[in-house]
Amino acid sequence: MKNLLSAAVIGLGIAATGQAAAEPLKIGMITTLSGGGAGLGMDTRDGFMLAIKQAGNKDIEVITEDDGQKPELAVQIADKMIQSDQVDILTGIVWSNLLMAVAPSAVAQGKFYVSTNAAPAALAGEKCNPLYFNAAYQNDNLHEAMGEYANKDYKKMFIMAPNYPAGKDSLTGFKRYYKGEVAAEVYTQVGQTDYAAEIAQIRASGADGVFIFLPGGMGIAFMKQYSQSGVKTPVMGPGFSFSQDVLPAIGDAALGVKNSGQWAKDLDNEANKKFVPAFQAEYGRLPSIYAVQAYDAAQLILSAAAKADVKDTEAFRAELLKADIQSPRGKFKFNTNQHPIQDIYVAEVIKEDGVLTNKIIAPVFTDHGDAYAKDCKM
Amino acid sequence: MTIALAIEQLLNGLQLGVMLFLMAAGLTLIFGVMGLINLAHGSLYMVGAFACATIAAWTGSFWLGLVASLAAAAAAGAIIELTVIRRLYDRDHLDQVLATFALILIFSEGTRWIFGSFPLYLDIPPLLQGAVALPGGAEYPLYRLAIIAVGAAVAIGLYLLISKTRLGMRIRAGESDREMIGALGVDIRTLYTIVFALGSALAGFAGAMVGALQSVQVGMGEPVLILAFVVIVIGGIGSIKGALIGAILVGVVDTLGRFLLPQILAILLPPAQAGLMGGALASMLIYIVMAVILAVKPRGLFTAHG
Repeated sequence: MKNLLSAAVIGLGIAATGQAAAEPLKIGMITTLSGGGAGLGMDTRDGFMLAIKQAGNKDIEVITEDDGQKPELAVQIADKMIQSDQVDILTGIVWSNLLMAVAPSAVAQGKFYVSTNAAPAALAGEKCNPLYFNAAYQNDNLHEAMGEYANKDYKKMFIMAPNYPAGKDSLTGFKRYYKGEVAAEVYTQVGQTDYAAEIAQIRASGADGVFIFLPGGMGIAFMKQYSQSGVKTPVMGPGFSFSQDVLPAIGDAALGVKNSGQWAKDLDNEANKKFVPAFQAEYGRLPSIYAVQAYDAAQLILSAAAKADVKDTEAFRAELLKADIQSPRGKFKFNTNQHPIQDIYVAEVIKEDGVLTNKIIAPVFTDHGDAYAKDCKM
Repeated sequence: MTIALAIEQLLNGLQLGVMLFLMAAGLTLIFGVMGLINLAHGSLYMVGAFACATIAAWTGSFWLGLVASLAAAAAAGAIIELTVIRRLYDRDHLDQVLATFALILIFSEGTRWIFGSFPLYLDIPPLLQGAVALPGGAEYPLYRLAIIAVGAAVAIGLYLLISKTRLGMRIRAGESDREMIGALGVDIRTLYTIVFALGSALAGFAGAMVGALQSVQVGMGEPVLILAFVVIVIGGIGSIKGALIGAILVGVVDTLGRFLLPQILAILLPPAQAGLMGGALASMLIYIVMAVILAVKPRGLFTAHG
């Protein structure tokens, strides 16, 4: 299973500004390229590589390996990348449980970790680390946004997530901002594919809205089954369940679903207007939220590498913290715990030229950080 | 809890059970007749789902897709029987597990290579869309009722095939004594290929039926495979009747557990904790049931070999 997928040395040289290192900067990307979660990993890899390619910096080398969504495999790959490949920065992990297995030990060995997606509460609060950066969000953010949004029209919500750390964070985040009544709080099995029992409970609960956090195949299965069940209670959720990688598989059953995100394809800013067509031209599909997060992670690393040598940890960290990038998300800066402060929107799934996609309907949070930053002492 | 909700949940359990039966029947048949542990059974389920999704997307007809799923899974089954499985009958179970595990990897990565990593779209045919009203005021998706009906038809069909036809007679004879029926002039190699293709077709059919409800993606077969193994261990390895009873037992216990345990715990605990604990316990429930049944009847509920 341990397949080296690509070892890419990219691009034509440009005269790097400042003190370009004589040795190339080595980035180890560990992401999920096989199994049910592979779509997320491929968008992560492709978004990241797009930024690297656009920069055309020949002093940057990216080594990519597949973790198969298995924590033990991710740990092995990280050890190998740190010890024999001698990478300077690790990135790419999609899942929080894998990140918790890899990132704390990587930063303890003096390597940078820049997260493209996973953002467990632990690493945002007490266990924050100067070498750990998150370019995506904090896990709770998008759920918090849905909770805030639900306050407007919904009095009684049925909320549901898989029974694992990110699932618990999700419902905690939702309830942090939601002021109405919670009809029921249901935890499903991770990887569950049949939701008939839960849909029956939704029908019986008398809730006026349903909040789900069911990433990947779980969300596809739920939405298809829900649309056939005759239950008409509106569904909402964080953007993961309705991002560009899963919408085609859900089909029209997703139409009208409200979902939160820190980015959408139609976000009006210069960087986004360049990013979306560039991604489409390169890979022949629309980018997802994962691709944007990875694209920004790569931009952050590139921006720091242009000004400082990665071997000089303090200087490199200071450059990363400046977040001197043009993000397709628009505004982007780092909080004290090195997680983003950004705007969060609610979007609606629509059909545009026969393709399902998201359209922003309202901003929910402006310059939103996270609830854990106050526990982070650096 | 209302009567309508109880009826709906029981039907859900029954539907899950019937779907598991389609998987478990093939698995137990192959084990019973050939003594082979086939881990790649979940891959054949995936092949069926992908074949159905592809043909349905091409032709616009779910029904043609369903036919294609049967054909593709049976063909894939026959091909791996002729090329790989055939060499494993005389080996011990460890070799079989290793070789069929390798087949899982080959099928998964092969499918990814052809179709990519993103899930495919497969929808329920228009004829079976929507929900129907049940007595007691409940509504139930028509498609799930159709799955129950199809599963019942397959169960009856398999019963007739095995107890009333010449092929069924040979299958039963093969289960009892494979050397003897070879000596009596039955072409045992062809028989094995037919049984394997039949089991594969059932798995592919289940994959296609379920694919319309869930997501058609690489690796979709493995979680179902684990449940199917639980079913055949509970039912008694090699017994079709055991597979049917075991599947319905697992389906109903799993569904009701997921639904009732959090509610029972909510009497004692705050709702959030009850949801967490109940969810965790519910996911263990079928394994607990399996352990209890094995403690009482170590060879399962119905043993095929007397």
